[in-house]
Amino acid sequence: MDIPYTEEVRRDTGLTNGKIGVWLFLASEVMLFGALFASYILIRTGVPDWPRGDTILDVPVATFNTVVLITSSITMVMAWASLMRGRFGTYRIYMGATILLGGVFLVVKYFEYSHHLALGEFPSTNNFLAVYYTMTGLHMLHVLGGMAVNAYFWGPGAKLWKTNPVWFTNRVEHSGLFWHFVDLVWIFLFPTLYLL
Amino acid sequence: MSEHPVVVAGKPAVAHEAHHEELGFWRKYIFSTDHKIIGIQYGITGLLFLFLGFTLMMLMRWQLAYPETALPLLGAILGETRMPGGTMLPEFYNSLGAMHGTIMVFLGVVPLAVGGFGNYVLPLQIGAPDMAFPKLNMISYWCLFVGGVVMLASFFVPGGAANSGWTSYVPLANIATTGQTWWLIGMIFLITSSLLGAVNFITTTIQIRAKGLTFWRFPFFVWTQFVTAFLLLLAFPPLESAAVMQLADRLLGTSFFLPSGLVVSGQVLEVAGGGNPLLWQHLFWFLAHPEVYVLILPALGIIAEVITNNTRKPLWGYRSMVYSLMFLGFMSFVVWAHHMFMTGMGTAMATFFQTTTMIISIPSVVILTSLIISLWGGSIRFNTPMLFAIGFLPMFGIGGLTGLPLAFNVPDIPLHDTYYVIAHFHYVVAPGTIFALFAGIYYWFPKATGRKMNEALGKIHFWGSFVFMNVIFMPMFIVGLAGVSRRLFDGGASYAFAEPVLHWNAVSSWGAWLLAIFQLPFIFNFFWSMRKGEKTDDNPWQATTIEWAAPSPPPHGNFAVEPTAHRGPYEYSVPGAAKDFVPQHEA
Repeated sequence: MDIPYTEEVRRDTGLTNGKIGVWLFLASEVMLFGALFASYILIRTGVPDWPRGDTILDVPVATFNTVVLITSSITMVMAWASLMRGRFGTYRIYMGATILLGGVFLVVKYFEYSHHLALGEFPSTNNFLAVYYTMTGLHMLHVLGGMAVNAYFWGPGAKLWKTNPVWFTNRVEHSGLFWHFVDLVWIFLFPTLYLL
Repeated sequence: MSEHPVVVAGKPAVAHEAHHEELGFWRKYIFSTDHKIIGIQYGITGLLFLFLGFTLMMLMRWQLAYPETALPLLGAILGETRMPGGTMLPEFYNSLGAMHGTIMVFLGVVPLAVGGFGNYVLPLQIGAPDMAFPKLNMISYWCLFVGGVVMLASFFVPGGAANSGWTSYVPLANIATTGQTWWLIGMIFLITSSLLGAVNFITTTIQIRAKGLTFWRFPFFVWTQFVTAFLLLLAFPPLESAAVMQLADRLLGTSFFLPSGLVVSGQVLEVAGGGNPLLWQHLFWFLAHPEVYVLILPALGIIAEVITNNTRKPLWGYRSMVYSLMFLGFMSFVVWAHHMFMTGMGTAMATFFQTTTMIISIPSVVILTSLIISLWGGSIRFNTPMLFAIGFLPMFGIGGLTGLPLAFNVPDIPLHDTYYVIAHFHYVVAPGTIFALFAGIYYWFPKATGRKMNEALGKIHFWGSFVFMNVIFMPMFIVGLAGVSRRLFDGGASYAFAEPVLHWNAVSSWGAWLLAIFQLPFIFNFFWSMRKGEKTDDNPWQATTIEWAAPSPPPHGNFAVEPTAHRGPYEYSVPGAAKDFVPQHEA
């Protein structure tokens, strides 16, 4: 038994199952991070004083990380575009770069966290740090998840290209949608935590 | 399988047999990706947890009816940390209360109504061979299973299960015993399960519906599941965030929900402070109000199917019911703070939320009224599913109407913390939703097994349940209006003003225990009918919707021939037609 519309689009909706599924999942993710941002606003406005992010956190390092993630989004699109043109070799390079840039982001994050922990700045120290660790931590888990999926499509999952290139291209596109979302969350996290 | 060869897109399945391997026991029944097996797994899990949640409540009812009295036999089994000498400790009572709510809502009704009926019936009703993402479907069930196991295990950790109410209000929950941590971890699994399920339901409904099955040809049940899935998808993530923050508060020592200078047992708590306890309530009710509609919408869907089938009439006001349903779904996101009038919110906020709450009652009334008008002039067949469906209507009506005083800020304040609220929402979910779920079980049992459940036992089950549901909950209105708090572990015995109504506590309790006895015919009937029930054909109720086109029980892949929808869902008693029903799938 085969499930219809996993590879080809349904004519009246113009979509594959996977694409609807990813967008719905992203909608729920918006609510997940939305609730965290809303909580951040409520907690911050509920106390008389709140430190500016740049007095505690390292803005240049985070700016570097922002550039890293945005670049990874570009390579992600290039990876998908390569598949659309049927160039599997180029796909491998761009997808590899995307995963690598994700790794760079995590390494930078690791040094950032250990720097703060070494200074005795723990989640329990104050609510600014509680918000910082929770939100960036949850975002980091999403980066890890995205990297795991991308690594699968770079490595073992890429076998599908030989048997069903259309489906494989779709799957890479869906993985890309998630990766861009993870990027987007960081684009919101960076100014609200580091700059404001 | 061999009797009904699967046909895909007009081609016989023989072409697929080449790569179709025979599945072993584990892949066929345990880690199955077949929506029907998963639906049954969800359904049985839900029924077991409903029974467990009910058992917890029966224990609590002993304490409420006969406070500080040793419970014979069972008391000794539960041990010294819970019921020393057979008398219940307040901490254990609190655990029972918190877990009764959690289990009934998240592990009982939702898995049965959405996971069970949704999984089993929805793909069949839209003529699909399976869900859009069968593996994801399996993962959803196993997330629920792990969540359930975590919740059960929490009863055995030091200090017992969570005891801060099913709402886990902070700061109480932040400083509660270990059971609360287990509750939060369990909830994260349950939420993940619902999220994945919701993605699957929506995608399946949009994509895998049969040829010719436009949205306006959906049975009402499909619509209810569709809207419910959106509620689960968008309302659950904020609670997941909240659970993460409460976990951080408990394990990392953060202060998301802890204000500065909080005094616990005479000592100032050593935390950074600056948090907001009301934030938890907002996030919790932002989920939990849509959750109320997650509990009730699938029930309305089942009732609509059973009523049209047994009145042999089209559903009255189908389109207005669907529009009302969508409006309900949308509005359920903007009424949550009516659970929080007691928090001292400003009048402007209270006015906003009481207005939206009044507005949301309109579509509910439209749906209930349409269902009642659907009965008008029908030659009604009083079989067991129909009895439960008819019983549902006044019970849900009582539940809804008694909610009106609670919708207003001012009358809510004296009523909110009393048994009145318990009676109100139990009328909606216990004789309301649970009756609908029973109706659904009796109605779709022949589809799942090829046999009907016994009618005589079904009628005993219905009348016993109908009478004793009311014996339990009607007195609670009286007790509540007298002002007895719903959070007391002695049921109000320590308050002089409660004296005149206190005897009603025992009435409710005996009602609960007798209700349990009247579930025995159902349990027996369920298992007995699987083997010995009267054999039926594929469409024993002469129904119009597409699930009855499949063989009973449907094989893997569901339909012998890919169905096509030719008309709307409820073409009963069409003038000039040869029989009194014209199925959707018949050309």
